[in-house]
Amino acid sequence: MFYREAGDFKTSYADDSQTFPIRFDRLRYYAVIAVAFGIVPFVINDYWANAVFVPFLIYAIAALGLNILTGYCGQVSLGTGGFMAVGAYACYKLMTAFPEVSILIHVLLAGGVTAVVGVLFGLPSLRIKGFYLAVATLAAQFFLVWLFNKVPWFYNYSASGQISAPERTILGQAVTGANTTASAKYLFCLIILFALAWLARNLTRGTVGRKWMAIRDMDIAAEIIGVNPLTTKLSAFAISSFYIGVAGALFFAVYLGAAEVGEAFGIQKSFLILFMIIIGGLGSIFGSFAGAAFMVLLPVLLKNVLVGQLGWATDLAAHVELMIVGALIVIFLIAEPHGMAQLWRLAKEKLRLWPFPH
Amino acid sequence: MNQMNPEGYTTADGRKIGPVLMEMKNITLRFGGVKAITDISFDIREGEIRAIIGPNGAGKSSMLNVISGFYVPQEGEVWFKGYKRGPMKPYQVARLGIARTFQNIALFDGMSVLDNIMTGRLTLMNSGLMAQAMWWGTAEKEETAHREKVEKIIDFLEIQAIRKTPVGRLPYGLKKRVELARALAAEPKLLLLDEPMAGMNVEEKEDMCRFILDVNDEFGTTIALIEHDMGVVMDLSDRVVVMDYGKKIGDGTPDEVRNNPDVINAYLGVSHD
Ligand SMILES: Nc1ncnc2c1ncn2[C@@H]1O[C@H](COP(=O)(O)OP(=O)(O)OP(=O)(O)O)[C@@H](O)[C@H]1O
Ligand SMILES: [Mg+2]
Repeated sequence: MFYREAGDFKTSYADDSQTFPIRFDRLRYYAVIAVAFGIVPFVINDYWANAVFVPFLIYAIAALGLNILTGYCGQVSLGTGGFMAVGAYACYKLMTAFPEVSILIHVLLAGGVTAVVGVLFGLPSLRIKGFYLAVATLAAQFFLVWLFNKVPWFYNYSASGQISAPERTILGQAVTGANTTASAKYLFCLIILFALAWLARNLTRGTVGRKWMAIRDMDIAAEIIGVNPLTTKLSAFAISSFYIGVAGALFFAVYLGAAEVGEAFGIQKSFLILFMIIIGGLGSIFGSFAGAAFMVLLPVLLKNVLVGQLGWATDLAAHVELMIVGALIVIFLIAEPHGMAQLWRLAKEKLRLWPFPH
Repeated sequence: MNQMNPEGYTTADGRKIGPVLMEMKNITLRFGGVKAITDISFDIREGEIRAIIGPNGAGKSSMLNVISGFYVPQEGEVWFKGYKRGPMKPYQVARLGIARTFQNIALFDGMSVLDNIMTGRLTLMNSGLMAQAMWWGTAEKEETAHREKVEKIIDFLEIQAIRKTPVGRLPYGLKKRVELARALAAEPKLLLLDEPMAGMNVEEKEDMCRFILDVNDEFGTTIALIEHDMGVVMDLSDRVVVMDYGKKIGDGTPDEVRNNPDVINAYLGVSHD
């Protein structure tokens, strides 16, 4: 018997609305936190940081952001790559213009700038929905990439057209630039993700979250209970874009170190993050993590097994990856729109009363 | 007669009815060339259960949509609590203390019963975005306080067992009940019910009737409801407005309306379910 919900009675409403109402879940959560903060930083090496952990942490932030907008508030966006670019370029401009200010502040400000841009591009959502909104955000994606390519001011007139992150330190530890250690990159991203996930959890379990979900599920009924569609949708765009902007800033400054907009933040990035939340689970914090982990681990796994062990050609492995992802998207969209998070929930429901399911 | 007394009146069963809460004055609503409502006036008094009846397509739902701000009438005025109401969006109307249910249930299918009912209290919850992001403190306290109120409504409507069930999985009759719960959660001054008993079996109808009477009695909520079942209307309502083809053809107590020749004509041979 793994799960004891029966017999685990709540004596207050506050207990009932906590994040992990079941004690076993809570313990596992603390265990994951303890490993993530207490063990991984000491054993991580460059390969694991660059191939798995750092991209996972950053994509999880972006997936949280998109999930707030799409999964919770029901507004489809294909502009995630473009908004990540806004975060990256804002961070770059801030880093080079105010070298004495902490990089942490810059990353957060980059999120703020992206939030403002997100609200601007979110304005059409008041009039258009679904497919048409998706197309509008797609236009935003192409416009933003074009803008950062075309206007040299954004990349400080560098000859290559690239932006590259100068070295910045926190408490004497480099977190950007060539001298950054694997564990510094990892910890910096981990702390930001941890804080943002906590905030996202709080926002989605209370009034704001219910407003978003009301708009998602039925906008007419949402209005009748007093939800202002304008402020509600724009708040989702703002907060979602903040997360995505922070992810973009970290992706550029901490992970890549140097970036060219079309390559790093093209339309593929928009789809990648969208796939993460579809596979992981729309409208779920855990799903954002699961989806990011899956999409980061899959290519690494396939490369190690197919190319490393079985000796396949690299491009063949890449094709297999596309096929797996494509098939999963179709399966999840048709059979389980709440993604891996829901499968996990169902599995737990089965285990809960095991071995005596009713 | 005593129903015309501006201060209010006492019903046969001894309930006190107050002064006018909402007044519709000469409302005309057109969709292109179609006149859904033609020059209709009526009032709703505090504490009253007011029914709107009429054959299919008479314009009853359109009238509720005018009250709740979904439709803007081309002519006429809406008065609430003694003030003329300017053009308002539905969410602004909600904040005035007017809640409603829909003819075709409009619940949030992706959320649990509890969350659906909690949404009813959105207009009463006011912790800011920052407080909610931090959760501990203000937001948590507010959540708990409102959860207590919602649990009372859950008990009242006898839906304790389905609290955590996603609304999409519920049968029709229970969905209607949850929708009523969400409307009640807002502690409305005026509650609008569009065919609260449509599609229910006899037992469910009886339950719903009891709930409506109890809401009116215990919370003093003013109720305007649309209903096709004449037995129900006669039992529940204090006064009835009768509509046909967008026009008002009768207005008065159930007995007056039942004996009104125009009303009898309109209903003869007209199919209504
Ligand atoms: N949004 C709209 N656009 C165009 N016509 C409408 C609209 N809403 C209602 N109508 C028309 O207005 C008239 C009245 O409709 P309404 O829904 O108010 O009737 P009802 O009395 O509620 O009928 P029922 O008993 O079938 O619910 C109908 O002829 C309907 O077709
Ligand atoms: Mg109707």
